[in-house]
Amino acid sequence: MLEPDPNYFSSFVCSGEIFELKAELNSDKKEKKKEAVKKVIASMTVGKDVSALFPDVVNCMQTDNLELKKLVYLYLMNYAKSQPDMAIMAVNTFVKDCEDPNPLIRALAVRTMGCIRVDKITEYLCEPLRKCLKDEDPYVRKTAAVCVAKLHDINAQLVEDQGFLDTLKDLISDSNPMVVANAVAALSEIAESHPNSNLMDLNPQTINKLLTALNECTEWGQIFILDCLANYTPRDDRESQSICERVTPRLSHANSAVVLSAVKVLMKFMEMLPKDLDYYGTLLKKLAPPLVTLLSAEPELQYVALRNINLIVQRRPEILKHEMKVFFVKYNDPIYVKLEKLDIMIRLASQANIAQVLAELKEYATEVDVDFVRKAVRAIGRCAIKVEQSAERCVSTLLDLIQTKVNYVVQEAIVVIKDIFRKYPNKYESVIATLCENLDSLDEPEARAAMIWIVGEYAERIDNADELLESFLEGFHDESTQVQLQLLTAIVKLFLKKPTETQELVQQVLSLATQDSDNPDLRDRGYIYWRLLSTDPVAAKEVVLAEKPLISEETDLIEPTLLEELICHIGTLASVYHKPPSAFVEGSRGVQHKRLPGSTGLGESLESPDTGSAAGGSDAPPAVIPSQGDLLGDLLNLDLTPPATTGPPPPPTSGMQLGAMDLLGGGLDSLVFFLFLSPRVQLGGDLGGSSMGAGFGAAPAASPASFSAPVSGGLDDLFDLGGGVGMPMGAYNPPKTVWLPAMKGKGLEISGTFARRAGIIQMEMTLINKAMSVMTDFAIQFNRNSFGIAPAGPLQVLTPLSPNQTIEVALPLNTVGPVMKMDPLNNLQVAVKNNIDVFYFSCQYPISVLFVEDGKMERQVFLATWKDIPNDNESQFQIKDCHLNSDAASSKLQGSNIFTIAKRTVDGQDMLYQSMKLTNSIWVLAELRVQAGNPTYTVSIPLRLKEKKAH
Amino acid sequence: MIHSLFLINASGDIFLEKHWKSVVSRSVCDYFFEAQERATEPENVPPVIPTPHHYLISVLRHRIYFVAVIQSEVPPLFVIEFLHRVVDTFQDYFGVCTEAAIKDNVVVVYELLEEMLDNGFPLATESNILKELIKPPTILRTMVNTITGSTNVGEQLPTGQLSVVPWRRTGVKYTNNEAYFDVVEEIDAIIDKSGSTITAEIQGVIDACVKLTGMPDLTLSFMNPRLLDDVSFHPCVRFKRWEAERILSFIPPDGNFRLLSYHVSSQNLVAIPVYVKHNITFREGSSQGRFDLTLGPKQTMGKAVESVLVSSQLPRGVLNANLNPSQGAYTFDPVTKLLTWDVGKINPQKLPNLKGTMNLQAGASKPDENPTINIQFKIQQMAISGLKVNRLDMYGEKYKPFKGIKYMTKAGKFQVRTYQHFLMVQTSM
Repeated sequence: MLEPDPNYFSSFVCSGEIFELKAELNSDKKEKKKEAVKKVIASMTVGKDVSALFPDVVNCMQTDNLELKKLVYLYLMNYAKSQPDMAIMAVNTFVKDCEDPNPLIRALAVRTMGCIRVDKITEYLCEPLRKCLKDEDPYVRKTAAVCVAKLHDINAQLVEDQGFLDTLKDLISDSNPMVVANAVAALSEIAESHPNSNLMDLNPQTINKLLTALNECTEWGQIFILDCLANYTPRDDRESQSICERVTPRLSHANSAVVLSAVKVLMKFMEMLPKDLDYYGTLLKKLAPPLVTLLSAEPELQYVALRNINLIVQRRPEILKHEMKVFFVKYNDPIYVKLEKLDIMIRLASQANIAQVLAELKEYATEVDVDFVRKAVRAIGRCAIKVEQSAERCVSTLLDLIQTKVNYVVQEAIVVIKDIFRKYPNKYESVIATLCENLDSLDEPEARAAMIWIVGEYAERIDNADELLESFLEGFHDESTQVQLQLLTAIVKLFLKKPTETQELVQQVLSLATQDSDNPDLRDRGYIYWRLLSTDPVAAKEVVLAEKPLISEETDLIEPTLLEELICHIGTLASVYHKPPSAFVEGSRGVQHKRLPGSTGLGESLESPDTGSAAGGSDAPPAVIPSQGDLLGDLLNLDLTPPATTGPPPPPTSGMQLGAMDLLGGGLDSLVFFLFLSPRVQLGGDLGGSSMGAGFGAAPAASPASFSAPVSGGLDDLFDLGGGVGMPMGAYNPPKTVWLPAMKGKGLEISGTFARRAGIIQMEMTLINKAMSVMTDFAIQFNRNSFGIAPAGPLQVLTPLSPNQTIEVALPLNTVGPVMKMDPLNNLQVAVKNNIDVFYFSCQYPISVLFVEDGKMERQVFLATWKDIPNDNESQFQIKDCHLNSDAASSKLQGSNIFTIAKRTVDGQDMLYQSMKLTNSIWVLAELRVQAGNPTYTVSIPLRLKEKKAH
Repeated sequence: MIHSLFLINASGDIFLEKHWKSVVSRSVCDYFFEAQERATEPENVPPVIPTPHHYLISVLRHRIYFVAVIQSEVPPLFVIEFLHRVVDTFQDYFGVCTEAAIKDNVVVVYELLEEMLDNGFPLATESNILKELIKPPTILRTMVNTITGSTNVGEQLPTGQLSVVPWRRTGVKYTNNEAYFDVVEEIDAIIDKSGSTITAEIQGVIDACVKLTGMPDLTLSFMNPRLLDDVSFHPCVRFKRWEAERILSFIPPDGNFRLLSYHVSSQNLVAIPVYVKHNITFREGSSQGRFDLTLGPKQTMGKAVESVLVSSQLPRGVLNANLNPSQGAYTFDPVTKLLTWDVGKINPQKLPNLKGTMNLQAGASKPDENPTINIQFKIQQMAISGLKVNRLDMYGEKYKPFKGIKYMTKAGKFQVRTYQHFLMVQTSM
């Protein structure tokens, strides 16, 4: 009988055995040699040290037996690093093998050589590698492509010096799809360590090649190519659509990684498609089934898929809105899958499916796994907050769960009921009695704190609130800070509501907090309450019992810019951890933040990489409601960063000294610059449309897309009036825009505009009450702003505003208020108060309302000033499609206090010299050139302007 | 890309490691062991584990953890799919994928891993190509190799690797030409306590075993292709043709492969082939509970429901169960509280029933958990979705092959939720 294959694994390497192996390795018999190498490899595999055999194994390398050769190579790769001098012995054989007629041997040699991480060897690798990169056999080329990445890992400088990167780039155009895929993979890996290099120069031609290779290469190659495609920004929506069309078939691939990479490309490029396009809808429909399919795969795949779906439903909930059921939890799903599914269920919950979701959640709340049960209970609370119509059912479900008396269920339920109270105040107090029954079973700080909050908040409805709180007070020092703070506040609230019976209690808690505690937060809060109560009980009431802002619907949404970045990284580790890639993966420092491309129609903005986001961000993602801290910001010291505004900050431009000029210090550059950037300036009114980018001679090329949005429609711009002579002259007033939507104003909607009427700036507002209750007690205040604009009188809303009533208000303004430079300059932050709350919004006034009536400069002065300014400080831009003659334009402009000082005609071109003066006595000079028959006006603004005292 | 791979057995020993770049110390697995300790069940170990310098991505198959180590940003699905491919390849080569089999064939394993990845980039993962490069070990070949000194490594460049049909090798020859297709559907369902379906979906696959000479070009058409709106294809399938005509047109790989997998979503009406009548109750204050369960077939188009296995995790408070099965045998594990009942075939005339009492710990309060009943079953000669193959045609070759189609339906995650009268003994308010 022949012996079966020896069990290499069990061989144990001791010194005697090493000796034995050595003898066998040096044997003349081929077969014995091979068996010996196998034994060596087996020992190596299980982590035993057989490096002592290095010379003997390398001696076996010169063989025509392919298996033996491969085994020796395996050994070499493992030990070369520890025996660099010995490894040199192998070089000759490698170089020879790279010339072997058999492409398999050539590829094997170049592949192995790249794996030997020894500097001395890499020097010898360059020549063979260069040949192999141009080998006639694609198998060798594709192997060599990966070898460049290996070499780069060992010695990046060498790779650059030898020009291998260029050869690699050439391989992207190779005729063989596998070679293309490997070249892309190698370049991507190299690019990761060179974040700023322009290795992957993607242009429509290379994209086309990649798309062709995509259809023919292996599944792994498809992943590399798709990931590479995702970095490309198409020129326009047509290109975007054509790429999407060619990528869509990948959604049906059996390899889930291919599917998810394809989803990434589609999610990103979809941003550029117009939403009314039929194809857009088709694409949305096509995305759902592959995502659902991922959920029927193995649990590990499901987990990664779910983490990504979590991002996708935040960005585009419409894709999966009908697929709620696939996220229902199965009894034997691993816990990490269960928790993720639960999260997505909440995100998809809506009025249409809430009944189903609740029934499921109730089911989950009786499962075994504690973490899961807790999250399910919490989810019920989130449903209540998210879907108002379901709140009642959620509360009753939670009450049912409290009845189970399962300790952690009860505690979790109480925590979420507190949140429900915050969202729907004074609606469900009837449940408080039930909650109070469970007071004693609460042992977790969060649950205790929640319960105490409830008792304090509804102290007037709970007869024995003082007893309940007192019972907590006994062990005050053993409580966690969270509970202590809550207890302090609750007792103060109780005192303010029922001062007679609870004086003693409040004394007790204040002294516990201030004297016996070493926690500074607790002490501080204690002292504040104490002083408030002792000095001004009325103020104390206003502070402590102030109406709290409602909590927002979804507190755990990912911040929109991060979400956009993560969408660009679907399928990666970043998407699993929901963190930007720069935050956590080693070696990817300085990774460029990726953004979604903006939607189309603004060709120019897409060329510059960092402008698209503004447009992209403006559509889908729901605004995250600012946290309480921001909402409570002091009225007069609003230090909120201004919410998204329409005008951009003046970007630095070469040739213009915009540097450190201060608006009020006499330097006017930024003001003037701004003047013409602002689309609301009368002259610029027409600039809003597509002529924007082209219209600015010296202005920066990158004008964010959002810039034009608010202006494009409906401006009664003078230049649009065609033969506007004889039209009534008057100042230009922009139409009203919504400043405060009813959503944010608790039913109060404010829209408005600014106008200059009879020398007085007016803020004209329309107030609409969209709430169910009457609104009274209106008042208004402005934050400090660039021109010191302030209300000249109180806001006159005489009658109470009843539901659905609309009122027009004109508020006269003056410019004597406090001044602070705003960004953009014409930004105005406004606070409006009524009996319900204080609301904050910001708006922008057209700079033209600040042009005063006496802005006509004397000719001599004008001339002198004009000459004073060097020519190269002049900034020019053009206004297109204006069909007015110069006289009409001039008189139209005068309506807005832009005065024509002089007019010159040179070569059939009318030059209008104009002046205007701002409320803060700053003069602006301009030259307007009008060529008869040419609808393009040229405006020149000399930049260094001097502040002139009024005459 | 993928840096290293560690194979870890159920008792936490690293029994194989392979590095494709520099060597990563096996101490990195300590982070994995920590996570493993935290997990209550082996399958609850999270698939992605961060460590200070690396990420560990793991799958659990055949009670072996395959732990891949990555250092830079790599799509996790890419890694997981690759690990699956490794498992499949081992199974393909050694018949089973167990620690013993891997240890016995450690050199082949090493050769395979070396061939599958180069510098962390997938190189050859198609079973057809691998088998040309490295011959699977067979007893016969081992003997022949020992006698003749020949090798189990192929000397030739695998032709498929470069052709436009990389999945098929050239020069295939058979004396019997045959093509068999298995349509296998798994039904996943959650049935609520009242017996109505909460969600039900079907995961279907068509597995093929094609042994045909030369370069056959096959087309497979269906009676009702409209069912297949969510499909994943083997790379050999021509997608355009499917889009246009709803016909599967392909040059098949040689041997066994998965032609297509599909998903029939819960939005379609999915037939439920079995029903369960159950009554599992505990009463407040009593240390006994009642257990009564009956199974019956429905919507099976007259086909028999076989290999039925019922299992249920009973509440923790249950000490033991005295049950009486009308057929088959049941076991109750008092430690894990797992009840299993091997029912066998369901006879529609005499429905299988399991009935009796459960004993609770003395003085224990009524359990709060709802037992869920898992059911496994098989139905031969039927695809529950109703999918039917219309015809199979072959072009490009002259001979006439044997053709065969089999259908089968199995339970996937088929779960029935039970009552557990959620107490409702109202305490006085």
